[in-house]
Amino acid sequence: MTKANQSGEIFHAIHFRADMCIGCSHCMNICPVEAIRVREGKARLIPNRCVDCGECYRVCPVGAIAVEQNDFEEIFRFPIRIALIPSVFFGQFPETISREEIVHSIMDLGFTHVHEVEEGAGFLNRLYIEYRKNNPNNRPLISPFCPAIVRLIEVKFPTLLDNIILLKNPMEITAMKARKDLTEKGYKDTEIGIFYVSPCAAKIVAIKSPVGEKDSSVSGVINLNYLYNKTFRLIRNLKKAHGPLPGPNFSSQEICWSLTHGETDLAESGRNLAIDDIKNVIEFLEKLENEEIKGIDFLELRACDESCAGGILCPANRFLTAEKMKKRVQNTLSEGKEEKKIEYTPEMEKFLRDHISLEKLTPRPILKLDDNVAEAVVKMKRMYELNGFLPQVDCGICGSPSCKALAEDIVQHTAELKQCIFIQKIMEQNEKLDIQESVNIMRKIWSESKLDKNSLRDEI
Amino acid sequence: MHFRYKIEGGDFTNAGSTASAVKKVLKQLNIDPVIIKRTVVGIYEAEVNIVAHAYNGVIDVDIDENRIFARFEDAGPGIPDITKAMEEGYSTASEIVREMGFGAGMGLSNIKNNSDKLEIISQVGKGTTVEITNYFNSK
Ligand SMILES: Nc1ncnc2c1ncn2[C@@H]1O[C@H](COP(=O)(O)OP(=O)(O)O)[C@@H](O)[C@H]1O
Ligand code: SF4
Ligand SMILES: [Mg+2]
Repeated sequence: MTKANQSGEIFHAIHFRADMCIGCSHCMNICPVEAIRVREGKARLIPNRCVDCGECYRVCPVGAIAVEQNDFEEIFRFPIRIALIPSVFFGQFPETISREEIVHSIMDLGFTHVHEVEEGAGFLNRLYIEYRKNNPNNRPLISPFCPAIVRLIEVKFPTLLDNIILLKNPMEITAMKARKDLTEKGYKDTEIGIFYVSPCAAKIVAIKSPVGEKDSSVSGVINLNYLYNKTFRLIRNLKKAHGPLPGPNFSSQEICWSLTHGETDLAESGRNLAIDDIKNVIEFLEKLENEEIKGIDFLELRACDESCAGGILCPANRFLTAEKMKKRVQNTLSEGKEEKKIEYTPEMEKFLRDHISLEKLTPRPILKLDDNVAEAVVKMKRMYELNGFLPQVDCGICGSPSCKALAEDIVQHTAELKQCIFIQKIMEQNEKLDIQESVNIMRKIWSESKLDKNSLRDEI
Repeated sequence: MHFRYKIEGGDFTNAGSTASAVKKVLKQLNIDPVIIKRTVVGIYEAEVNIVAHAYNGVIDVDIDENRIFARFEDAGPGIPDITKAMEEGYSTASEIVREMGFGAGMGLSNIKNNSDKLEIISQVGKGTTVEITNYFNSK
């Protein structure tokens, strides 16, 4: 179940800053689920539609989209402070900076322990393989790893919800294990703060408002770009000698779990496909849903191009990050060093297994015009009729992302037909609309300032 | 509500477009996902059969609050023995069509398994009409 706040709204980590938004509509045009409109000169999010993919964040020219995070000082509320670092974080730094330096700098910032998220991936992979054996009739199985994809399926492809593997991801496994290790050493649960360093908005939402799990064992989130800046500054300025890595020198193929093919490379043989970029995923799922595509065993689906290396909060170039991470694995293997795997005691194994399942996921359809089918049929007829009047230019001047979207907004009473600039011209010809009225309509969509008649005085 | 789609025989590039369009409509009408899935699978197979076996055809879809009715009417060779054609694995698809991944002979039985009502009328040398009805409250 997706949690909603008291007012029934779905939680999102992305916020549009009205004070900075210039109402350019770039975000509206890129949104793959048509969750954005422009009204009164500002981008507005339709919370129930948003899947937290972050495509809007990438295209905003003025940085008006903020990604929520915990105040860094919050870590100090806990005597034990664990940084949960995804492998892509290490891939952000130039190769001249060692992993030891990075880890020590993170600890210098105030953490007492550093764990790499992917430490839990090997364990999870074993469970994936079992899950596949135990569910022979459920094909293709879909990876639950990318939260933006899970939400996409909830809102747009509800018939595929049952294909999602109901297991938690490496982050939760690593967090649960770290917590348990410490509580066994005598620490109280409340003394342990685990902070996940997130490459994206979707993972933040997955922690703050988890889907299919009651609570996350992670205490808070730090944005990857924020920690990157802090760490990088420290490394450059201090350059002090650092000792060997504290904690396990984890190095194995699972480091690449969050890259494209990270899961399929470790999967059991069969027809396993890895698809990245949310647009590609939507195209594929459309065909899968029709059973146009058959016979696939496993799908690794990621919202970002180059998967988490392309997360919106990753500052480095995604291709170079992926290259560096693969090199790290190769280096370990080619130098004849042994792959360092994480060990699990039988008790830990049992504990994790008892806590690793996700609850059944529920659809959250966004396409529906009405809960009631008869009412939806009425609305749909009207929507098709209205769409017939519209020019199909999809210019977005109406403040909706396409002509069809405007027709839908009209039947949902959030827009009017005369918001269409072409309809305005037709009405003006028929003397159904005077110039002042049409200017007022445009002002309501795009704000006063964009239609200030004095602004071009010297020019025209 | 009526929708009409035209289908060209041999045009495999667009096979599936009707199924996708109808799927979107059913999602907007808040139809139960299980029924959407059944319906779309049936429509896809009937659509592909026109592309694979006939010369051209028209798909008429009628939707009201209780049910979806889809009629697939084609000009084509027709089906001489419908009972036989319904058998799983029976197919007259050409080698080329099979190489393209169609022609497993499961289409008609798949339609039957995924529809509440199925009617097939065919005239050899003239064409075939397939009618599928699915009810939204199938309990
Ligand atoms: N619209 C049609 N026109 C002519 N023949 C058809 C049509 N639909 C089905 N058939 C015949 O019925 C057979 C079985 O159809 P189907 O079960 O869909 O299998 P497939 O299409 O894979 O061959 C086809 O091979 C073909 O001979
Ligand atoms: S691919 Fe990775 S970074 Fe991108 S949204 Fe999914 S989990 Fe986040
Ligand atoms: Mg067929």
